[in-house]
Amino acid sequence: MKTTTLISIGLGLAIVAALLIMPLYMARYSLYILSMWAVMTIAAIGLNLTLGYAGQISLAQGAFVGIGAYAAGILTTAHGWPLLSVLPLAALLCFVIGWGLGYPALRVQHHYLAFVTLAFSTLAFLIFRNEEWLTKGVYGIENIKRPIIFGWNTFRPLPFYYLCLAALAVTTALTWWIVHSPWGRAFLALRENPLRAQSLGIDTRRYTLMAFAIGSAFGGVSGVFYAPLVEFIEPGAFTLALSLNILLMVIVGGSGFFFGPFVGALIAVLLPEWLRFTKGYYLILYAVLVMILLVYSPKGILGFIEGWLADRRTRRASATRAAAEPSLRAETQS
Amino acid sequence: MTSVLEVFDLKKSFGGIKAVDGVSFEVREGEILGIIGPNGCGKSTLFNCILGQLSPTDGRVALDGRDITGISPAALNRLGVSRTFQLLQVFPELSVRDNLILAGQEHQGTMLSRLFGASDAGLGVQADRMITFFNLQHLAGVKAGGLSYGQQKLLDAAMAFMAGPRLVLLDEPAGGVNLTMLESLKERLQAMNREHGATFVVIEHNMDFVMSLCSRVLVLAEGRVLAEGTAEDVRRNPAVIDAYLGH
Amino acid sequence: MSNFINLLIAGLATGAIYAIIAIGFTLLWQTSQTINFAQGEFVMVPAFFILAVLNLGVPFWLAILAGFAISAVVLGVLFKKMLVDPMLRHGVLPLAIATMALSIAMKESVKEFYSAEAQPFPSIIPAGSIDIFGVAVSLQSVGVLVAAIAGVIVLNLLLNGTSLGHQMQATAQNPSVARIIGIPVERMIMLTFLINAALVTFAALLVTPIYLAKFSSGEVLGLSAFIAAIVGGFNQVRGAIVGGLLLGVVDNLAAAYVSTQYRGAFPLLLLIVIILFRPEGLVGRTEERKV
Repeated sequence: MKTTTLISIGLGLAIVAALLIMPLYMARYSLYILSMWAVMTIAAIGLNLTLGYAGQISLAQGAFVGIGAYAAGILTTAHGWPLLSVLPLAALLCFVIGWGLGYPALRVQHHYLAFVTLAFSTLAFLIFRNEEWLTKGVYGIENIKRPIIFGWNTFRPLPFYYLCLAALAVTTALTWWIVHSPWGRAFLALRENPLRAQSLGIDTRRYTLMAFAIGSAFGGVSGVFYAPLVEFIEPGAFTLALSLNILLMVIVGGSGFFFGPFVGALIAVLLPEWLRFTKGYYLILYAVLVMILLVYSPKGILGFIEGWLADRRTRRASATRAAAEPSLRAETQS
Repeated sequence: MTSVLEVFDLKKSFGGIKAVDGVSFEVREGEILGIIGPNGCGKSTLFNCILGQLSPTDGRVALDGRDITGISPAALNRLGVSRTFQLLQVFPELSVRDNLILAGQEHQGTMLSRLFGASDAGLGVQADRMITFFNLQHLAGVKAGGLSYGQQKLLDAAMAFMAGPRLVLLDEPAGGVNLTMLESLKERLQAMNREHGATFVVIEHNMDFVMSLCSRVLVLAEGRVLAEGTAEDVRRNPAVIDAYLGH
Repeated sequence: MSNFINLLIAGLATGAIYAIIAIGFTLLWQTSQTINFAQGEFVMVPAFFILAVLNLGVPFWLAILAGFAISAVVLGVLFKKMLVDPMLRHGVLPLAIATMALSIAMKESVKEFYSAEAQPFPSIIPAGSIDIFGVAVSLQSVGVLVAAIAGVIVLNLLLNGTSLGHQMQATAQNPSVARIIGIPVERMIMLTFLINAALVTFAALLVTPIYLAKFSSGEVLGLSAFIAAIVGGFNQVRGAIVGGLLLGVVDNLAAAYVSTQYRGAFPLLLLIVIILFRPEGLVGRTEERKV
């Protein structure tokens, strides 16, 4: 086995171990941040499917998180549903809405989905704010309880963190399956060369639609866990700003890379903490840093690392070649 | 002898320019038809109209008697028509084997079954067979972007055959390929035709390639059919010689 | 009835402003494949340039000139040289996303460095009402409409009546051919960016007195511009005009007669209807599938 593969596996195991063991020693607030990272990564994984794999911009991922969150908030507080039973409903609802938005938007070659999702984002916010009878409007839904699953009580930060981590693990597994099936190959084809893909019988529109619908469903799932994490939701949390935030997570991590969302979400969640000293300016700094990153490494952080590794490999190869040359030259000169 | 493809009076204009001006012909099962003509005679436009990249201004195209005029390229492919491209279009990030599997996977089952089925969509064996047939064994796991131009051309051709197509349309397959590779390509195409009865249409500039490969040749000039017949007939046809001498 | 006429004219007025913003957006797309998601913020910011200059005690007309000048430099030259040029080689999508980051940066900068509060903005059109066919119509609305139409006419004259305009159009349709003919393509593209900067500043002058200067006004303006451009026909300047006017009227009438709470929903509905039934836009032409 190649050394790089061994290193990757080792690194992966170390990270999983850290995610499982470190929290046992973490304070309440740190656990909250880590749980937020896990939940946001689920949303980012969904958007990565749409953007990174199928090449479409969605500006509604925040709205789908909102739909999932409100589904959880409404059904658990007002109707006593257990949280996990909200999951399939939220996922299905977001899938169907995603399909409904994407179907007309993807008929045309241009990037219309971006604008349609932008407009939908506005609409979703209006519904959250105006339909008080359902969402309690600007007053929000409070006291969203964390679930008890088969007797396991997740009220406290540590068990709830493990629940979020489990949700992330399942999402990751599902995405791994999708990406490594023939669908993954089709996505790569339609992203790289849609015309060629079509000439091979790939229904590019349908695959893109699927990616977008599934990605949106993941947004809903993220929302279902977001609600009990923050315990109080109001419409202002699910505006275009959230969608842009999730988009930047995918971009900064590396669009189209499997682990991009993990990296991007980590940065997005930690940065406000680190840059707390800059007070209101951290968002400006973040946006400027993103622009600079895009200019020099449009494939994000993981793209940068991949490029750097490839560079080293070619440099090493040319160095080996150069080392072999002097002996040839010596031969030809004699 | 059945007709696989029939083109009836196809016309395509761009504004005032008549790129294709009433072309009719048929492609018989098991034959290798060549379409040649001087630059600007409308070969590529004709091809693109048949393949659904452009919608014809007038006329009809039928596959096995079924009207396929103007249908989308993806639908056409699923009906059994595949093509190669003049400007090479393999997927550089995928391995040779993956490129082949990709070329055939949409013809296996439904979209949903593909999600739950095998990772190679059950095409691993066939891809390997194709690799052996085109002598690409040592390159099976290599990323397509790392192949030489000639090798990519072979891959492109192999991809066209993965789905066991009814008809293959080859767009200038000889372009930019060195002589040895060209010989292999021609030989493999002939083998494909002989052993599997595959029917193809080849557009080409390279006269020698066309004459030695094709059983029948169609000559286009100024958007119309100038001559039709065996390679020898066409080569000796004075009108054809005339059309080419002007270029 | 008088209410309807007022609403109609107000709708046309806002629509005309959307049209101007949409024209700039379309021009950028046509000439340099730039999808500028920050276009709304591009309209919001010049108002603050002008306010900042006004704060120095400068007369209004001078502040307006300064506003145009600053916009030309910042939203025209700097935007092109520092963001668009380096990003274009990476493709359309990364550039579009970079403009999204830019919109965040602009919005937050105004919020932090100027104010989070809405600021009043002087109007170039006097207040009051004017009598049209016996109906009292807001002078503001009529004035904005007239000014916007004047602006569009001037732009049209520039694009269709001057050799410079013809060169710009040629560049927009086919940059490679334009280069071969000898048109200074780079200069034409820069000119487009400068024109956009002028258009957004002009739009700011018309719209800010009505809705006040606020860091968040870019969102609605931007969204309206995008929808106007698509509804009219993405690749057409004429489309931007038609789309903008239609959007303004639909938005205004719907808000008054159907529901103010759901004001933002009607542009979305219009967008969905158009792309379902006429995806090339009202004025656009169907495109061939690419070869």
